[in-house]
Amino acid sequence: MTLMGWLQIAVFFAIVIAITPLLGGYMARVYTGKPIILSRVLGPVERGIYRVIRADVRKEHDWKAYAASVMLFSLAGWLLLYLILRTQASHPFNPQGFHAAPWNVTFNTVTSFLTNTNWQYYSGETTMSYFSQMAGLTVQNFVSAAVGICVAVALIRGIVGRSGKGLGNFWQDLVRTVLYVLLPISILGALVLVSQGTIQTLSHYLTAHTITGLNQSIAVGPAASQEVIKNLGTNGGGFFNTNAAHPFENPNGLTNIFELLLIFSIPAALTATYGRMVGSRRQGWALFAAMTVMFAVGVTVLYAAEAHGTPAQHTAGLHTHLFSGSTGGNMEGKEQRFGIAGSALFNTVSTDTSTGAVNAGFDSLTGPGGAVPMANLATGEVIFGGVGSGLYVMLLYALLAVFIGGLMVGRTPELLGKKIEAREIKLASVGILITPLTALAATALAIADHAGRVSIFNAGPQGFSETFYAYLSQANNNGSAFAGYTGFIQPSAGNIGSHGVTFADLLGSFNLAFARYVPILFVLAVAGSLAGKKVAPGGLGTMRTDNTTFVVLLIGVIILVGALTFFPALLLGPVVQSLTGHLY
Amino acid sequence: MNLRKNAITAGLVIVVMTVLLGILYPLAVTGVSQVLFPGNANGQQIHRGGKLIGSKLIGQSFSDPKIKNGKAVEEEGEPVTEADPRYFQTRPSATAPADNAAATTFSNLGPNNKTTEEAIAEHVKAYLEMEKPYDPSLTAAQVPVDAADSSASGVDPQISQANARIQAHRVAAVRHLPLQQIMKLVSQNTAGRTLGIFGEPGVNVLELNLALDQLTGGTR
Repeated sequence: MTLMGWLQIAVFFAIVIAITPLLGGYMARVYTGKPIILSRVLGPVERGIYRVIRADVRKEHDWKAYAASVMLFSLAGWLLLYLILRTQASHPFNPQGFHAAPWNVTFNTVTSFLTNTNWQYYSGETTMSYFSQMAGLTVQNFVSAAVGICVAVALIRGIVGRSGKGLGNFWQDLVRTVLYVLLPISILGALVLVSQGTIQTLSHYLTAHTITGLNQSIAVGPAASQEVIKNLGTNGGGFFNTNAAHPFENPNGLTNIFELLLIFSIPAALTATYGRMVGSRRQGWALFAAMTVMFAVGVTVLYAAEAHGTPAQHTAGLHTHLFSGSTGGNMEGKEQRFGIAGSALFNTVSTDTSTGAVNAGFDSLTGPGGAVPMANLATGEVIFGGVGSGLYVMLLYALLAVFIGGLMVGRTPELLGKKIEAREIKLASVGILITPLTALAATALAIADHAGRVSIFNAGPQGFSETFYAYLSQANNNGSAFAGYTGFIQPSAGNIGSHGVTFADLLGSFNLAFARYVPILFVLAVAGSLAGKKVAPGGLGTMRTDNTTFVVLLIGVIILVGALTFFPALLLGPVVQSLTGHLY
Repeated sequence: MNLRKNAITAGLVIVVMTVLLGILYPLAVTGVSQVLFPGNANGQQIHRGGKLIGSKLIGQSFSDPKIKNGKAVEEEGEPVTEADPRYFQTRPSATAPADNAAATTFSNLGPNNKTTEEAIAEHVKAYLEMEKPYDPSLTAAQVPVDAADSSASGVDPQISQANARIQAHRVAAVRHLPLQQIMKLVSQNTAGRTLGIFGEPGVNVLELNLALDQLTGGTR
């Protein structure tokens, strides 16, 4: 580990802290209908869209109507994306003449992009036309992110609601999120990326004649416009197969940090949005603090582990110490321009949030290093988390924390003056437990059955880690992968002769959809339940939710739930690998 | 609420969003990028003598077809290539063939796996075979990790400074140039951390090799 490496991490996080109240405050204005600068320009566009979509946005949705709108919108998006991808061959902007991928892989891909996951069994540059990437995948990168934010905002409205059952209007929240938050940042961000070297072209792939006279075909495409929303919306699906490790997506150390700022900006800002909307900024900073502690632990462990190197390297006679002009450490599956620190930071941030973009090969991380993304996922993606989903799952944990805290001091638990009763605790508990249940059940099934084991690439515990990670990642809507695990056999570019592994594709799809939409329904039910409650003024005995005690309690609850649920699975994979130098 | 009316709205929203975010937005970004940053937007192409020889951002193989008894050696229908000693070499790549920029991939080799150990040991051996004749004091312990570990993208355009300094001995000897001059070229083609903080320093291999050819007036 180096001083420069730590400095880079510190500078990055200082910028995150600076952005949080600014963007968070702006978003609070967007969702409370206060005037913002952009409404002058975009106001007419917004009203025009409402007319076209025939929505009366003055009418508030109760939790059931809000949930029904989310589900209907997701269903419509699923059908359109499936149609676009399966009819790829007949669309424009397909200079390489790619055919459609098989139905099972497409089924997985579509579900994956709808659920803000972007798990990818396909490889971008050999499978997808530019049209599919733009009109199909990019669109879902925007709107699946917007859905997450809308649900989080609806939950906040439920917590602060003083009268009635209204949680806001889903169509209005969706359109405002896209127009006032995601699109402006994406346009600027895409241009920043191109100014640093990310590509943006509709041209045919290049054919170069190298110095030594060989031919090199170079895949290009409209990468920057997708790269920016992939990160900003915590989606994570790469334009190219090697994601943010590809020099055309992430060309230098600055774009690496810029992409990480895009990833953390909205999830971090939403804690401030929460603070402002509930009328106490300290409430937001308390959540931010809990997230920060867990982020810091993760990045430290991953950095230290990767700087140390792997048993395979040491057995092969390679020395992994740092010396002048060499990064040392485990550089298998890492890029020189990011080194160990830039890779450790990127992949911690990307798995803290439900992004899943990677700038290094996860399958080649060290044993303890690979345990960090797994542990991050095991928290249920609340370390800043996915856009919206991070906040709403964190708030479910907060309900559990005040409940447990209330039991300990013998008082009725309450959150911001609202009594937390059996109904809310039941809904929150089930909402939290759905994801681990789905992940572990699918892992067990995939390990037990031959149809699941054909997808494995590496032998020994690493093979288990690949399987476990695949279903953990899909259930948490993260999308990063121990990428040896496969669900798509593609003998040549363009999909001719390719076929999907139906077992892995469909089991994954079930994981993706179930662990995304069921918790959303429970979150909205909690919001609906809280919305109608009266606010009681806090007294001396009220447990505060904005001090250090609460932050520690909250972290404790998260670790308790995550650790107890996943400990046996973690033992079989990364723990075994960390304890032995044995090669399999 | 009216389910049917809401379903129609859902369908209309996704169509509106597809036009706005899937067509207008990427095409607008493409247009502006092509005007403001045409070089970057098109992949920092490098041309020599009117021909495209590669991209500054994409690593390539500096190797020649292997010739045995006056015939090109083939394996499974593909010509076998071997590293050209006159040029600096890029990092090991897991793509097929190496440095395939039309189908990038990670190596996916696990940390505790024999296949990983074998791949790394082979890279170390090949590196020593190539460099040791020109740098007799070189041992396995001095091989930089980036020279033996496969890159993430398979097309990493850079190598570490330590790796470049070792290869400089070979390039200088083969080209009959003073080592100092080659070392100077290496440092001239080293990119530091961006803004002095972000990322790691590295040497761009294609640019370095082009500078070498320029030095000797183009060897081919």
